Amino acid sequence: MFVYADNAATTPVSDAVFNAMLPWLHDRYGNPSAIYSVGREAKAAVEDARVKVASLIGARPEEIVFTAGGSESDNYALKGTAYAGRKKGRHIISTKIEHHAMLHTLEWLEKQGFEVTLLDVDSDGLVSPDDVKRAVSDNTILISVMAANNEIGTIEPIAEIGEIAAAHKIPFHTDAVQAYGHIPLNVREMNLSTLSLSAHKLRGPKGIGALYIKNGTHIDTFLHGGGQERGRRGGTENVAGIVGLGEAAYQCSLHMAEDAKRVTALRDRLIAGILPIPYSRLTGHPTRRLPGNASFCIEGIEGEAIVLTLDSLGVMASSGSACSSGSLDPSHVLMAIGLPHVVAHGSVRLSLGPQNTDAEVDYLISAVHKTAEDLRAKSPVWENNAPMWAKFE
Amino acid sequence: MYSEKVLDHFTHPRNVGEIADADGVGTVGNPRCGDIMRFYIKVEDGRISDITFKTFGCGAAVATSSMATELIRGKTLDEALQLTNKTVIEALEGLPPQKIHCSVLAEEALRAALVDYYTKHNLPLPKELETTASCDVCCRNEPRCDK
Repeated sequence: MFVYADNAATTPVSDAVFNAMLPWLHDRYGNPSAIYSVGREAKAAVEDARVKVASLIGARPEEIVFTAGGSESDNYALKGTAYAGRKKGRHIISTKIEHHAMLHTLEWLEKQGFEVTLLDVDSDGLVSPDDVKRAVSDNTILISVMAANNEIGTIEPIAEIGEIAAAHKIPFHTDAVQAYGHIPLNVREMNLSTLSLSAHKLRGPKGIGALYIKNGTHIDTFLHGGGQERGRRGGTENVAGIVGLGEAAYQCSLHMAEDAKRVTALRDRLIAGILPIPYSRLTGHPTRRLPGNASFCIEGIEGEAIVLTLDSLGVMASSGSACSSGSLDPSHVLMAIGLPHVVAHGSVRLSLGPQNTDAEVDYLISAVHKTAEDLRAKSPVWENNAPMWAKFE
Repeated sequence: MYSEKVLDHFTHPRNVGEIADADGVGTVGNPRCGDIMRFYIKVEDGRISDITFKTFGCGAAVATSSMATELIRGKTLDEALQLTNKTVIEALEGLPPQKIHCSVLAEEALRAALVDYYTKHNLPLPKELETTASCDVCCRNEPRCDK
């Protein structure tokens, strides 16, 4: 059996999206900036998509700027807001569990003279709004907290943090790449200034995303060019990609609630099926988590080996272990929630989507059990059904 | 990206297990770094008549252990002393740069098992083994590791 269970990494393009995109890859090749008919039809398609992308989060169409994806959107939001606000202050607040598109951009901003405070999270991966409040100073020009974590699935209290940002009149950004199209988000209710999203996490194509920019937000242009996107993002539009993102967003507006319910039920059954493995634990919040995210640490075995063994069983999954990240430390997220190295080394993430089935969940459960047994049988650490870490310290 | 050979040795590792009456056992690595290898050897008439391993670690850690045991099985002690991580890498048709340390770990695990054999049997340690370090290979190459 083949089971794709890495939907947090990327998702299969849906039939609806594929069919919507096809004409724009071939027959309908006009440049949206051209004033003649084939240009105008491309422009109309882009604007139609903008409406669909905006309406899913309660934004106005003109507040959506299309980008090449989540990483560009995060770069744009952080650098653009920081540079627009640098005369007011230099302090940025974010968290330790952000995606590297955020963390590496923040590191770069530090080199440019900005000061960055990265907030801790609790053992479930939650950011405390009180910590945000305490970190705010007169010098703070941006608060940025991800909507939901990509590794452990924890959904952050964005509305509460948004209230704090609004009270202090500080721009508030969220990286919603994992959340958009999966859980309800409302940019007005959450007091968001900017929000990043990416099409390929919601069954759209890769290489296309968007940044919501609230009307009136002070933000410097990130990609200078020919005046596209009302001067906010240069470059001829990726029309097929934009149409694909629009269709993916539209499909979510129709099916998100029922999909979330069904996927959550699949996820909970998956979690219930895996946790009986001795010395295994769920990572992330038990209930405040993305519908599709089931992430675990299984002691006595190593995450990359888990992924490769699952692969040999036809299961596509991922891991935040050190070996899969190419460094000695397990992922910064697993470290931030306070897991010991020996536990974090055994991380595995299964992420489901609406296309996954009950039969696939059954197979995933048996495949993970088999993987744990196989790898533990080869592990010198595993003795008498327990990990003997102390013997190796 | 792993070679087909690495994937084969990971998915179908050769010589996994323990030897109850081993003549030498060598363990290297540490839990914090995420790699631990243990080699068991049986020596008969100056030859390594049997060799097995148990490894906690990534795909490359298992594959290098498997390949090292394949290369060593049946070899004389003198030949075993000459095994380097390079030979293991070549036999696996290459390793990604960040996984080279796994092959070093496999070499060290074999050497640790040989040291154990010579020590247990009150035999003089060959000069090739005098330099065997008990410290952690992966950490030696990684300044970020604090162990």
